[in-house]
Amino acid sequence: MLTHYPVKRSILVPTLLFVQDEVGYLSDEAIAEVAKRVELTELEVRNVISYYSMLTLKPKGKFNIQVCTNICCMLRGGESIFDHCKKKLGIGHKMTTPDGMFSLEEVECIGACSWAPAMQVNYDFHENLTPEKVDDILDNYRHKAQQ
Amino acid sequence: MADLVSHPAEVKVISKRFGKGAANIDRYLELDGYKAVQKALGMDADAIINEVKASSLRGRGGAGFATGMKWSFVPKQSSKPKYVLCNGDESEPGTCKDRLILEHDPHSVIEGVIIAGLAIGAKIGYIYIRGEYRYLSVIMEKAIADAYARGFLGKNIFGSGRDFDVFWHGGAGAYEVGEESALMESLEGKRGIPRIKPPFPAVVGLFGGPTVINNVETLASVPPILLQGGEWYASLGTPKNGGTRLYCLSGHLNNPGVYELPLGFNLLRLVNEVGGGVWKGHKLKAVTPGGSSCPILKADECDIAMDFDALMKAGSMLGSGGVVILDEQTCMVKYALRTIKFYQHESCGWCIPCREGTDWLMKSLKRFHAGAGLKKDIDNIQYLAENMLGRTFCALGDAAAMPTISIVKKFRNEFEDHLEGRPCPFDPESVTQQLPVLAATR
Repeated sequence: MLTHYPVKRSILVPTLLFVQDEVGYLSDEAIAEVAKRVELTELEVRNVISYYSMLTLKPKGKFNIQVCTNICCMLRGGESIFDHCKKKLGIGHKMTTPDGMFSLEEVECIGACSWAPAMQVNYDFHENLTPEKVDDILDNYRHKAQQ
Repeated sequence: MADLVSHPAEVKVISKRFGKGAANIDRYLELDGYKAVQKALGMDADAIINEVKASSLRGRGGAGFATGMKWSFVPKQSSKPKYVLCNGDESEPGTCKDRLILEHDPHSVIEGVIIAGLAIGAKIGYIYIRGEYRYLSVIMEKAIADAYARGFLGKNIFGSGRDFDVFWHGGAGAYEVGEESALMESLEGKRGIPRIKPPFPAVVGLFGGPTVINNVETLASVPPILLQGGEWYASLGTPKNGGTRLYCLSGHLNNPGVYELPLGFNLLRLVNEVGGGVWKGHKLKAVTPGGSSCPILKADECDIAMDFDALMKAGSMLGSGGVVILDEQTCMVKYALRTIKFYQHESCGWCIPCREGTDWLMKSLKRFHAGAGLKKDIDNIQYLAENMLGRTFCALGDAAAMPTISIVKKFRNEFEDHLEGRPCPFDPESVTQQLPVLAATR
């Protein structure tokens, strides 16, 4: 990937996301390692991390549920989907269940406006949601984890 | 992944390969793939640009700038390498079209990037895909690898003696990065903070080199223009608004979805015919015609041609093609609040009118929706938003201010309905707790 760009720094954001997907979050050790490899200071790396909403310094659940409540989803019940998730999981925005299985997040537009309301679980899109559909989806992920 | 829809009124140019497996390179070649770029290789740069100028193709990312004109701004001679940058950081609320192009027709984007490169004399193109669209990066990675394997990319493309490389680059969640100069910052591995202009990207852009930045849909429109001619493409739309575009219908509709229609298509027809009408038999209240940043249109303003010039004349914008339909039961204060909450979240914080303005607007609107609005706040919201216009580094400040101003202006009565202790008339239960400020003003 390094050969794709005239400056080394360009790989920073994709690298951070790759590391986060592997480790689960951007730990102090991970940041130090990335900084060394991209030849930046840790401060410069943290400066970039704090800008991008997908990059996180805290561990998340195995499945990160991101419910869109932006206008198009809101108009079709996105907020009640988010409330339903809160109730079902017993956690709030940016929190993780005690068993580390699920974390929950209210997010801005994920580009599923014509199929609203929608959410992403990790990188998977789930669209045209209803509370019942959400129940099935979450149960499926729980099963998947137990297998 | 996302469901495809169809309507007899559609004119399929960009979407003609949707649902036909064209992400596979063999299938793409069967469906006239990579013919336009081979034609372009036999043309000189000015001829390519003139063809695109003749098509009157305008940028599909939001600003609607003439694509051929944009390409012609790139200087012929440059001591630094030139670049083509495809903007796939689609994040404008209401917009979900680039996603379909990248999923169903990734090679058309690659082809568009190569043609743009030939037109401006670049040898490298980057396709920036927002981080949330991970599955599309996987599709794009394979498409690029396949194109390299066939000799369509890399050294000596199509045996022409010319070289061209294309790489994809992933983002990590930031609306602001969709702004062209912030996009370049992000690709350079920095925070996505906009650059001051001038110099414009066509002169000093990515890594300091002259750069053309186009939206995914814009670049996907280029191959058919070269194959069938600029004049043919222009004739599909209205004067100065050539061709077709993808309209993302969302909100309170019976048949939401992404439909390809000519520019100048009537908005009421779009809602009632193509979109199947407002859901549940409700009446239409308002439409946001081109993504959340566009000033809103009231139902009686919706008998209008959907092209850049007609909408601008009506005080709104065609924007990125995200058409959001609101029925009669929508609370406009809540809609304004949710819109501004988004911009408050996405403001990069670099310049003060946007960082502070969006925050104040959000706080004022929150207070209104909670039933604690003060009469003078209606004018204050208006005043605040108007003072953000044109006073920010990039267009995000305007994008936040414009819808707010239009909603306050056109639905002032609804703000008055929320005054002093009256909870939201559309959803009284949504306000569970009155704000302390109310007690203080009583």
